[in-house]
Amino acid sequence: MKILVTVTEVAEPDDEFEIQGQSIEDRYLTYDLNEWDDYAVEEAVQVSEEYDDVEVVSVTVGPERAEETVRQALAKGVDRAIRVWDDDLGGDLLDPGTTAELLAGVVEEEEPDFVFSGVQSGDMAFGATGVALAEAAGLEWAAVINDFELDPDAGSASVRRELEGGVEELTDVALPAVFTIQTGINEPRYASLRGIRRAQQKPLDVETPTDLGVNVESTLSLSSLEVPETGSDVTYFEGSADETAAELAAFLREQKRVEA
Amino acid sequence: MSDVLAVAEHRRGELREVSHEVLTAGAELGAGELHLAVIGGDVERFADELDRGAVDTIHTVAEGEEFNHGVYVQALEQVAEAVDPTYVVTPNSVNGLDYAPAVAESLDMSLVTDAVGVDTGGGLTVTREFYGGKTEGEVDVFDDRAVVTIREGEWDAPAGAAGASIQAFDADIDETALGTTVNGFEEAGSGDVDITEADVLVSVGRGIDEEDNIPLIEELADAMGATLSSSRPIVDNGWLPQDRQVGQSGKKVTPDVYIAIGISGAVQHVAGMKGADTIIAINTDPGAPIFDIADYGIVDDLFDVVPALTEQFA
Ligand SMILES: Cc1cc2nc3c(=O)[nH]c(=O)nc-3n(C[C@H](O)[C@H](O)[C@H](O)COP(=O)(O)OP(=O)(O)OC[C@H]3O[C@@H](n4cnc5c(N)ncnc54)[C@H](O)[C@@H]3O)c2cc1C
Repeated sequence: MKILVTVTEVAEPDDEFEIQGQSIEDRYLTYDLNEWDDYAVEEAVQVSEEYDDVEVVSVTVGPERAEETVRQALAKGVDRAIRVWDDDLGGDLLDPGTTAELLAGVVEEEEPDFVFSGVQSGDMAFGATGVALAEAAGLEWAAVINDFELDPDAGSASVRRELEGGVEELTDVALPAVFTIQTGINEPRYASLRGIRRAQQKPLDVETPTDLGVNVESTLSLSSLEVPETGSDVTYFEGSADETAAELAAFLREQKRVEA
Repeated sequence: MSDVLAVAEHRRGELREVSHEVLTAGAELGAGELHLAVIGGDVERFADELDRGAVDTIHTVAEGEEFNHGVYVQALEQVAEAVDPTYVVTPNSVNGLDYAPAVAESLDMSLVTDAVGVDTGGGLTVTREFYGGKTEGEVDVFDDRAVVTIREGEWDAPAGAAGASIQAFDADIDETALGTTVNGFEEAGSGDVDITEADVLVSVGRGIDEEDNIPLIEELADAMGATLSSSRPIVDNGWLPQDRQVGQSGKKVTPDVYIAIGISGAVQHVAGMKGADTIIAINTDPGAPIFDIADYGIVDDLFDVVPALTEQFA
């Protein structure tokens, strides 16, 4: 059995940051493994621990810097990694359809039994790559799942899709399929020291769009990026913690919001 | 002039509010014909309810009771072939994101999700957030045709009856091609506390750092006679039970006072608490999006402010 996990590196801005042109200046950004993908990696590694002969392969579309993030996934139990990149991809906002075409190229090469993706990336948050990949690669799919039960003999999986307002949809999905993984589905492990050491030795192959036979041209471009103006007028309590706490307490009492 | 195809959303016999909002966003997207697809469920009743605003034609596809993405994709491919829309507009809901990317891919249209604004002055430009609501960007779409998913609650429902032409669309759904079977629904279990009933909620987020620090917030809630709630990561980590979660996939709350402590104010969280009367945020990051909707704020470390506040009510 082979599981493909899509992972992406996300950028998180510091509390204070500056925007230069259409992007946040790099010195204010910290890069990390996408939160949702951390759960996707864990789900794949758990399946590999439950069944014999399971290979977990990760794929990322990202620049060389992303290899640090990929190594995190390898340290947590992914067996082998693929990174897709071409400097042409670096310029603009990559639309989810283009990312999906690249990932579909890898699906075609690897022929996994199923694919785990994160529901969304924390920074761009399109929330679309997994389902677009399924359609591009001709696979079935289920978006936003918080429970996954594999039935290898039936060639299917029973999942719970987490809808709005605490409602869950119980669905059976025929394999091969892409599942987009929601946070909370499992408890992502921390990489062990041994895992981190072994990750350095695991294969990490780089492929270009040309290798995959995909012609990339993003249909989207970010023309401006700003800190949004706040719509509300916030009244700030200022001073030391003791002072602000006293002001807030006085306010709450005055409003008769709190009896104590 | 651009024609637009909007898509309605329903669940367990009820239209979801966003079905109205796609009509308003759809009218903004194009001055041509505005079509609406209503797929599955009680399509005739839904069509009557959605005969509002500027909609010209409502296409009803009577296929199944509940959402199935395979049916939606096949039906929308066929409706799109018939009406040839420049733009398709759908909800950016959990189900919207279960079919819109596939429809875009299959119709070879560009896709922009989670729109909070659209402009078609010189080609399509979509306004959406980046970096967890800390920034907002304008996205230019180079394609002539695009699928746009809209954030719920950003557009008003259209006013006034439309008198649209309501047509039964005879979609040819290939049942053998459906790879998913929806077996039913379940509500997440509820415990002994109902946070939707509380007058004052003290709500804790990832800023609390560790499970061992949760009692700090519990003590404050106790001292104030308030109820404890949380953002999603706290529940994901198993630090509080699911019935304490506020937000899109948790509970919608409308207390008199909501105190958000170490919560950034992600859109899915705000969806559950923006109806609170008075919102107070305690956060070290002055740029946290929670301050966009807060009435009162303290920009400071919760580990300093919370014990001091508890002291005030002791
Ligand atoms: C489909 C879907 C459904 C979702 N449903 C929900 C939902 O129902 N509810 C929900 O909450 N989320 C939901 N989310 C997740 C949501 O996107 C966010 O990830 C989540 O709300 C973030 O929680 P947070 O604000 O606690 O954490 P973060 O975003 O990590 O914010 C932590 C905040 O704490 C502050 N902080 C850190 N240290 C301190 C300190 N010492 N003192 C004071 N402040 C500090 C930081 O400045 C930051 O603003 C959903 C996501 C998806 C994709």
